[in-house]
Amino acid sequence: MSAKSQTSPGRSPLIEVRNLKKYYPVRGGLLRRKVADVKAVDDVSFAIYPGETLGLVGESGCGKTTVSKTMLRLEEATAGHIFFEGEDVLAADAAGMKNLRRNMQIVFQDPYSSLDPRLPVGESIAEALVVHGIGDPQERFERVLAVLRKVGLEDYHATRYPHQFSGGQRQRIGIARALILDPKFIVLDEPVSALDVSIQAQVLNLLSDLQQELGLTYLFVAHNLAVVEHISHRVAVMYLGRVAEIAPRKALFKKPLHPYTQALMSAVPKKHPAEKKERILLTGDVPSPLNPPTGCRFHPRCPVARMGHCDVEEPQLRQLEPEHWVACHYAEDFI
Amino acid sequence: MSTKKTTTQPLLDVQNLKTYFYTDDGVLTAVDGVDFQVAPRQVFGLVGESGCGKSVTSLSLMRLVDTPGKIVDGQVLLQGENLLDKTPAEMTKVRGSQISMIFQQPKSSLNPVFTIGDQIVEVFKIHETISEKDARQQAVELLRRVGIPDPERKAQAYPHELSGGQAQRVMIAMALALKPRLLIADEPTTALDATIQAQILDLMQDLRDTTDTAVILITHDLGVIAELADRVAVMYAGKIVEEGDTTALFDKPLHPYTQGLMGSIPVLGDTKERLEVIPGNVPSLINLQPGCRFASRCGARVEHNLEICTQVEPDLIEFDAGHKVRCWLYQEHAGHTPPLKAFADKKDRK
Repeated sequence: MSAKSQTSPGRSPLIEVRNLKKYYPVRGGLLRRKVADVKAVDDVSFAIYPGETLGLVGESGCGKTTVSKTMLRLEEATAGHIFFEGEDVLAADAAGMKNLRRNMQIVFQDPYSSLDPRLPVGESIAEALVVHGIGDPQERFERVLAVLRKVGLEDYHATRYPHQFSGGQRQRIGIARALILDPKFIVLDEPVSALDVSIQAQVLNLLSDLQQELGLTYLFVAHNLAVVEHISHRVAVMYLGRVAEIAPRKALFKKPLHPYTQALMSAVPKKHPAEKKERILLTGDVPSPLNPPTGCRFHPRCPVARMGHCDVEEPQLRQLEPEHWVACHYAEDFI
Repeated sequence: MSTKKTTTQPLLDVQNLKTYFYTDDGVLTAVDGVDFQVAPRQVFGLVGESGCGKSVTSLSLMRLVDTPGKIVDGQVLLQGENLLDKTPAEMTKVRGSQISMIFQQPKSSLNPVFTIGDQIVEVFKIHETISEKDARQQAVELLRRVGIPDPERKAQAYPHELSGGQAQRVMIAMALALKPRLLIADEPTTALDATIQAQILDLMQDLRDTTDTAVILITHDLGVIAELADRVAVMYAGKIVEEGDTTALFDKPLHPYTQGLMGSIPVLGDTKERLEVIPGNVPSLINLQPGCRFASRCGARVEHNLEICTQVEPDLIEFDAGHKVRCWLYQEHAGHTPPLKAFADKKDRK
């Protein structure tokens, strides 16, 4: 498969991830030699277009967070390319990276551990401006106040410390910190999964508003399918370090073509007790990425796997419907 | 969902339970006058957001509240016997044999230095006179019952060798070992991945249908309630604000908080531009304002211009048969006519 073929004609992506790999060495024995690799991300390609939200969904250990971290080079990739507006992020030197980070920001899952407890939040937010040498103290202060208002907080919050805020407010601060440099692209790594549902809704609405107002592009990483469906324009489903399926939101949720996506969707608890739900129960647990199954990585749990084929040949992403890519030998059966 | 009739004597009758925490900042009223009944074999859901008091309620039932927390009032009647009157030694006997509990983090609830077989055998040995061999055999049988593959071999495994889903299955096996009357499941699937959560929900549905154990299911996830619960109570800031049969509650949530909660959750296959939002945050449970605890976040209070909400606390009243709500939209008071009348008064309502 050529990764480039996944981009759609006529639109040029803001970000393009091409054949991304991230292996973690496993060391053992007396000399701590490398004995194996954990293939956390193993040949992942996708594109994100300006102004859209790409949802990246999967269970723990599927590699979704590793993808998001390598995109900002918070983790160094083992192989592959990441193009931001045509510039290869992975090839950038320190100065180039500093420049790129003005346009690429991240919001983390845990708003409790991602803020410095000893800094007033205003200073935490202003730090990026200082690093990039933007403005004088007065201008920075004003920009901090402006961004606080933008995320629904008040001016006086700038002088307070993280422990004085609730979880939802802290996540707003995390978003403010990501916004302060006016980036084009923000990685949102499980931004609402630590929040209560009533607060989660507030933050999701805020993210939608900000995207419209500022024309932001998001990579939204999450395990909650309903949240991903709500916020995303397109969705990529990951399983054991690979993309199983990627499609526009409506197409994916209306007609998932990968058996794993189907199982994931049927695993979502029903919305009303009277609802009849046919559940595809997968047997067993997600295998270890240290020693992934041969062939299709999903085949030991797959209800439709055919031995002799699925356990031998690894399926590649194929476009079966417009912009709907799926890595399954038998996906045609579900059309 | 099976609807078991609740005509029999309740198995558990919780009356006016109050558990307060005496902190340096003041008295935190974590559970403040909670009443509910659980019928034999019923799955009773307790749903709410962090800090609503659902977990403290369950720990109070087990008498596991630590200082500075204290159960200050109320009764917990298990088959007519008040658990709050029991001595610590008597309580130890109740735990495990009559009430057992499973937690959100199964791995931290298992002892890492013993095999899971040993840990289940221990449960039998503490509570029953049983030979080692019989206990071990029963342990393997239990593991098979909860869907652990190759149970003879897995009984020799240590907790770190289990996945999260398997560990929760082992916890369920241990909790059911002595066929308790009541199982308290505190967020049993929250820490699990989606496909594993589905497996555990499936197991719990199966156990609900095949054992005599009643379940108190504590969760923040209304979807889990919809899957499993026969009856559900919604908690907010230390109080039950609504209680009803699960279908009735999902069909017609009465309390503005329940309505807001349902509207704020993204639902798979039902996308909308914006989610409904409950403004603000849960109030601090120290130095609460008078009146309804939800008043400061309540849109209905503003819409109907109700002054009483910030002055007097409403009661949990039965509004429709078996469907209770704590809200001034529905309750009469001197000088206050509720804007929404009881269903019994209005025939045009379903």
